[in-house]
Amino acid sequence: MKNVTHVLKMLYLEAPDKVSVHLLFNRQSDQAITYRELLHGSVRYALALKQAEIRPGEVVILILDHGEDLVMAFWGAILNGSIPSILPFLTEKLSPEVYRKSLAALFEITAPTAVITDSDFMGEVRKASKGRSVSAIISSADVQNRIPDVKEVNFDQLRGLTSPPKDIVLLQHSSGTTGLQKGVALSHRAVFNQLESYSRALDLNQNDVIVSWLPLYHDMGLIAGFLLPILKRVPLVLISPFDWVRAPYRLLQAISSYRGTLCWLPNFAYNFMALKTRHRDLELVDLSSLRAVINCSEPMSWKSHKMFLDRFQAYGLRSEALATSYAMAENVFAVTQGGINSPVKLDVIDQNTFLSHQIAEPVGETYKRENLWLEPDQTENLPVLKMLSTGQPIEDTNVRILDQQGVDLPERHIGEIALQSNCMLSGYYHRPDLTQKAFLEGWFMTGDLGYLANGELFVTGRKKDLIIVGGKNIYPQDLEYLASEVEGVHAGRVAAFGVFNEQTGTEDVVIVAEADYDLLEDGQSGTSNINDQPERIAVEIRERVTRGSDIALRYVHVVERNWLLKTSSGKVARRANREKYLSEFSVD
Amino acid sequence: MDETIYSNLSQYIAREILKQPKREIAADEELISSGLIDSFNLVDLALYVEDNYSVLIDDTELNADTFNTLDQLVSLIQERKL
Repeated sequence: MKNVTHVLKMLYLEAPDKVSVHLLFNRQSDQAITYRELLHGSVRYALALKQAEIRPGEVVILILDHGEDLVMAFWGAILNGSIPSILPFLTEKLSPEVYRKSLAALFEITAPTAVITDSDFMGEVRKASKGRSVSAIISSADVQNRIPDVKEVNFDQLRGLTSPPKDIVLLQHSSGTTGLQKGVALSHRAVFNQLESYSRALDLNQNDVIVSWLPLYHDMGLIAGFLLPILKRVPLVLISPFDWVRAPYRLLQAISSYRGTLCWLPNFAYNFMALKTRHRDLELVDLSSLRAVINCSEPMSWKSHKMFLDRFQAYGLRSEALATSYAMAENVFAVTQGGINSPVKLDVIDQNTFLSHQIAEPVGETYKRENLWLEPDQTENLPVLKMLSTGQPIEDTNVRILDQQGVDLPERHIGEIALQSNCMLSGYYHRPDLTQKAFLEGWFMTGDLGYLANGELFVTGRKKDLIIVGGKNIYPQDLEYLASEVEGVHAGRVAAFGVFNEQTGTEDVVIVAEADYDLLEDGQSGTSNINDQPERIAVEIRERVTRGSDIALRYVHVVERNWLLKTSSGKVARRANREKYLSEFSVD
Repeated sequence: MDETIYSNLSQYIAREILKQPKREIAADEELISSGLIDSFNLVDLALYVEDNYSVLIDDTELNADTFNTLDQLVSLIQERKL
């Protein structure tokens, strides 16, 4: 029976001394964990869950920082036959009440029976789980103290050994109130199908070393930067995202020390590392071992690739290493992969045809040449767009481009990307309503827009209003709700959207909110001067949104009543307001 | 507290990090624990301090325990400038 526990058993028996994971920390030496140690540590968590009477099929929420406990707790839950779901760790910024509310939203829908977290958070978790399904809140310290060290594993005692492959093995969530109520449920079978197809697309082999700083609560981090290496017996070098963001050079140093061959990054990370690393921190860094740096999880820009290559070519980075992928949790991870055996295709298209007719019309013969973008920019003054291909669909994954009526569009016509594969989600957990809405005649509607050209998929935008910052999905309604609560803001009259920033290579979050001075009584909010109100409101919106969502707003504009455009049903038209904002306010 | 360093830092943060050029930042205003300065901007701050004052702030020090207000950051810079 091929399930994850079975595969872990094989790894334990066949390669117990092989290092599975190298955990990197910024204040202590690297920790190497062999498969033997991985299983011994994980079994302790499985035992802790069993003791707490957590049954197979029940959901176990993990709220833990980068480290051994998170790794062991995840596999431990699976060994117990339970379903792990890793959540973002509480950062200093998020106000406790908001975090508690998000947890409550998650608990309501997902109904987990256990939470494994740090001792520091036990109190918070207890408050959020009062009167709900959670029967066990276990701290990692608990497990260290109560469960004895495991010296050998009796697999027959592990309930995960008999998990049917079609059963759910894990849940994946985006953050925010909306995301936490939309858990992507993935089965053992779907995960294995993805790992098989994706390994082939990558030419994954025993000489590979995967280096990652990606958080495990994000699908790229969890699948490409955790499950793939561990289950396919490829060493994983794992850096804490907390450490990486403060010292981006750490990734490059780690690739150099461990001779990393594969790495996945959201687009902004290319800019971030190119701009925020000093030569002093890269002195002996050699990136020649890298055979693929894969751009994934947010809209890609060729400029980001160029910036990255220009900066790091001197340190051994090869242009052939630049790769791309289009992925989503609903397909476990990768939908397409490009740039592995041949350079990433760059499609130079006419801007006007694209904007007015939603067709990607190639400009002259130039689009056929590979590595075009490495040459001096000959198209600087022409109205063209340069689109990076995400590559070709992986095996057993099919993609179609559909119009609004669900009919197939010809090549180079832009429409919604529809997906079908052997590694699809089982559903949105406990949300049959959302699951049903997401499929059209057996095809998953991604909500992303794009086109096909010569078998390659190009992603051009999003149908829905989702904002993606730093590879992280942000639902505008979550931010609008928070901003609406600010005194003086006319409730419901807020629009949140993203605007791409070339410098950072990701989106800036903008909020436009209508103020209603009639709502403010005299002497309120510390100033009765009507002219100070917009400033005060803007500051409060920023604070409240950051405290409530962990997102830093780039621009906040407080406008007068009725500035925002509405749909016929009276709702704020985000897309239209974004256009209005871009034309009215100059963004530098 | 060195007023020049304070006002330079304050202006830099307001203009470049917060994108609110007119924003005034009080010397004792919480910067990191409040989320005013996003974790992605901590590197920017360290690079700015290095470039303008030749003072190194290690990445392990980019947290509220080391400095959380402009007051504290300016003191740190003054200490290390010597």
